[in-house]
Formats: sequence, C-alpha cells, structure tokens
Amino acid sequence: MSIKIENLTYIYNPKSPFESKALDHVSIEIKQGEFIGLIGHTGSGKSTLTQHLNGLLKPTSGKIYINNLDITDKNVKMPEIRKKVGLVFQYPEHQLFEETVYKDIAFGPINLGLSESEVENRVKEAMGLVKLPYEELKDRSPFELSGGQRRRVAIAGVLAMKPEVLILDEPTAGLDPKSRDEILQQIKHLHEQMGSTVILVSHSMEDIAKLVGRIIVMHKGSVAITGTARETFRQVEKLESIGLGIPQISYVMKKLKEIDPSFNDDIFTVEEAKDEIMKWIRRRKNA
Amino acid sequence: MLKDITIGQHYPTGSFLHKLDPRTKILTTFAIIAALFIGMNFLSYTILGGFIFICIYLSKIPMKFIIKGIKPLRIIIMITFLINIFMTPGNIIWGYGRLNITREGLYQGSFMAVRLIFLVMGTSLLTLTTTPIALTDGIERLLKPFKKIGVPAHELAMMMTIALRFIPTLLEETDKIMKAQIARGADFESGNIINRAKGLVPLLVPLFISAFRRADELAMAMEARCYRGGDLRTRMKQLSMSSKDFVSILIVGLLLATIISIRIMT
Repeated sequence: MSIKIENLTYIYNPKSPFESKALDHVSIEIKQGEFIGLIGHTGSGKSTLTQHLNGLLKPTSGKIYINNLDITDKNVKMPEIRKKVGLVFQYPEHQLFEETVYKDIAFGPINLGLSESEVENRVKEAMGLVKLPYEELKDRSPFELSGGQRRRVAIAGVLAMKPEVLILDEPTAGLDPKSRDEILQQIKHLHEQMGSTVILVSHSMEDIAKLVGRIIVMHKGSVAITGTARETFRQVEKLESIGLGIPQISYVMKKLKEIDPSFNDDIFTVEEAKDEIMKWIRRRKNA
Repeated sequence: MLKDITIGQHYPTGSFLHKLDPRTKILTTFAIIAALFIGMNFLSYTILGGFIFICIYLSKIPMKFIIKGIKPLRIIIMITFLINIFMTPGNIIWGYGRLNITREGLYQGSFMAVRLIFLVMGTSLLTLTTTPIALTDGIERLLKPFKKIGVPAHELAMMMTIALRFIPTLLEETDKIMKAQIARGADFESGNIINRAKGLVPLLVPLFISAFRRADELAMAMEARCYRGGDLRTRMKQLSMSSKDFVSILIVGLLLATIISIRIMT
C-alpha cells in the first residue's frame, strides 16, 4: 500500500478571521511496508496530515494517491479508503462506548459488513495482537479496565478492520513507561509480522529512533526534513531551531565526545550507546 | 458542519460596539427585543431594521457572517411564515381547497419572519461583540439587586461562564470523536431516522463520559483553589460605565419610546 501526496494544502476556516493554513504544499511519498515516524511541534500540521490520509479531511488543493487511487476524487467511496487506512487517534480510549470489550472492538468490522463468524475471528485476532486475553476480557466493560488496557482495546478496534496502512497519533501519550514499552513493542511486531505500512506520530525522539525506518519532520505546515533516523538526527541545529531535539542519549554521546574525541557520537539509541561505551572501555584496557 | 453555528460566538474587531460596557449592550438588546414585539407595523420595523443595520455597520462584522447565523434558522422562519399566511382569517387572495392565503396572513407572516430575523440579528450582535466572560460579568452585575430576594446572581453567572466556556471544548471533542468513529466506519449521515438515532450512540456515550469527567476535574480544580461562591469575591476587571454607554442607552431609550408612541398613536 503506497501513499503519494502531491502539493497538499489545507486551510482551516477559510475566509474568516480565524483562517489558518495547516498544510502548505506538502509532497510526500511513502512506500509499501515502510515504518514512518512523523514528528513536529504542536500545530505543525501532523494531525491534519494524518486525517487527510483516510479521507476525514478534504484538501483545499492537492492530490493524495493511495495505491494509485486518487482519494481526493469525489467519486471515491470513503468506506473503501477507511478499510485500507486505519487511523488511531490521540487518546483513542476516549472513543470507547460499548458495554463490552468484544462489542467495542467489533464495531469497526461490523461496519465493514462482515459476517458474524468473521467478526469474531477478527476480534480474537486483534486482541491477540495487542496482547489482551480474549476469554478473560471480552465480556468486561471497557470502562472498568486500566488506562493501558483501555488504550489497547481502542487500538484493537482499529486493527480489527485489518487496515493495510496503520496510522497512530501519539499512541503512548499519557501512559506509564511499562504500558508505553508494551504498546510500542506490539506496534513494531505488527509492522514486522503483517508487513503493513505504519505511520507513527510521536513527540518522543527516543521511541522514534528505536522503531522507525524513516522520519518525516513537519514544521509550520511543511515538510522540514525527511530521511532515515540517522540522517535526520544528524541535523541537530535544524531540529533544535524548530523546537525539537534529538534523543537524550545522543546528547550524552556528544558530551562524551567532547571529553574524548575517539568517541563516536553518531548514536541514537541506548543499545548503540551501550555498545559504543563498551568498545571504548575495551580500547582503554588494551591501550 | 458544526462550525456554522454563529450564535454565542465572539467576533473580535475592536469596534465602538465591542468597547461598550456589557451591561449597556445587554440592556439595549433587551430594549430592541421589546421594541420588536411592541411595534408591529411598517414604520416601526423600518426604524428598527435601520437601527440594527447601523449597529452591524458600526460593529465592523461582515454582513455575511451575520447572515450565516440566520441560515440554520431558515426552516423555522419558513414554517412560521407559511403557517401565518395560511392560518390567518381575512380577505382571501388565493385559495386551493381548504388552503387559503389571506391578505392579512401575508402581512402577518411577513412580519413574523422579519421579526424572527431581526431577533436573531440583534441577539447575535450582542454575543458577537461581547466576550462570554464580559457577558456573564454584565449579567451578574445586573442581577445583583435581585440578590436580596434570593436570586443567586453569582452562581448563575458562574454557571453561565462555565457553560459558555465549554461550548467550543465540547464542539471540538464532538468533532474528534465523530472523526474517530467515522474512521472506524461509523455513518452519521445516511439511513432513516431510527438508524441515524442509533448511529449517534457511539458519539453520545463518549461525549457524555468526557463531559462528566471534565465537570469533575473542574470542580476539583476550583475547590483546590478555595472557590466557595461569590461572597467576598473581588474582581480583577471592574466594569465601568462611560459617557458613550450613557449616550448609547439614551439613544436606544429614545428609540423604544418612539416605537411605543407609534403603537399608541396608531
């Protein structure tokens, strides 16, 4: 499922005193199976962009192609797009509404018009993907679960629609570290197993560095930087000038390099840093 | 779709009308409403219409924006108009079966429609030129004398402030939940009435939950800052009437008097 965005512009409240340009001639290409990290300041246009990808917002101008299908065309059936592109909003647990976990996750598949047995399979599968025990939880009310579990129910609700592109808008916001790691692990697993295209919107440079293959940095409605994690995080000055930064461990490595220039500071995850420091210790011992 | 509602919105332009004391604007709006009900003849409505249009001009709010506020009410205005032209007895000018249009009905219907439009214009002008906070402050001050007979002026004003404050929040929330459910394949726009009503469950349940949660959090936050009602509370911004307020009240007072005298004389 490839995505191609051409010259996308979106204006909120056009022709009123509250007019604001949320997206300004954005062009992006995303290939099948990529894991994209979308980062940017609040109000940089990330959310607006993701909402365009499954047709919730119509561009003011520009085109969006999903597998060569122009979804900005008036004749395109929206349910078709929503089947292909799953969107998990920020704080998705706020959209839970059903009496039981099962019914809530089944909401999407039922809307797709699937048979009862297929719906059941999908719910089971989706709960498995997010590591929720099916038998134990299916008849519980989603409102009596913990925050992390509720979030996973909500994510399962989107996964049950089996989208080929999965967009997650800050899926770990407001979660404790344990739930955060679990959810990120499951997303990673999902990407590897299903081979689906994943777009992860996040504020955490650490999460992004650990997971994604390519980063898109948004600033004031335009794409500021795009490239692999390494390429992106090398542009420290530019990232900092737009109010972002690089993973904290990279700052640590930069400090170490100031002390001993033999350090490699081109490092973005804690694991890499560990290896580098171990290497340095060995070098010192041998010397 | 939700963004078409202009009643209750504030439109900042910094005009003369915006700078008036909220009390002045509340009182004069009431006077205009009264005048619209007292005078129902061509002369009075020409005067009132002229006055309302002058006010809109003074407020520097684009006419288009005001008209957008009337749009959602067009069906109510149409129904009022139609009921009046068919249901008023009098000289029949056109008839079909038991449906008769009378001259009096046409007259009555037009006035009713114009009255509704003027009412909406006048009141939306009040909210468009006054911030919600100023508006409730004004109401609180105006209700103060009635405190002696047990009207909880401050509490009412606080409730209104909170309600107004949360309108945009709830609209935003509704928009967000709606989008989230649409992304899961929910359909809010097609089907018959029963299906559509059922379709609202995925929207209303999360909305109510979040409204209650917000109420709870707000109450807690207010208590944490020792809120305990209006007694002994002072304000950061004191309302003060200036000469332009008195002049405005005088002008509207004269207008009301004119409308009353036209009514008495005819």
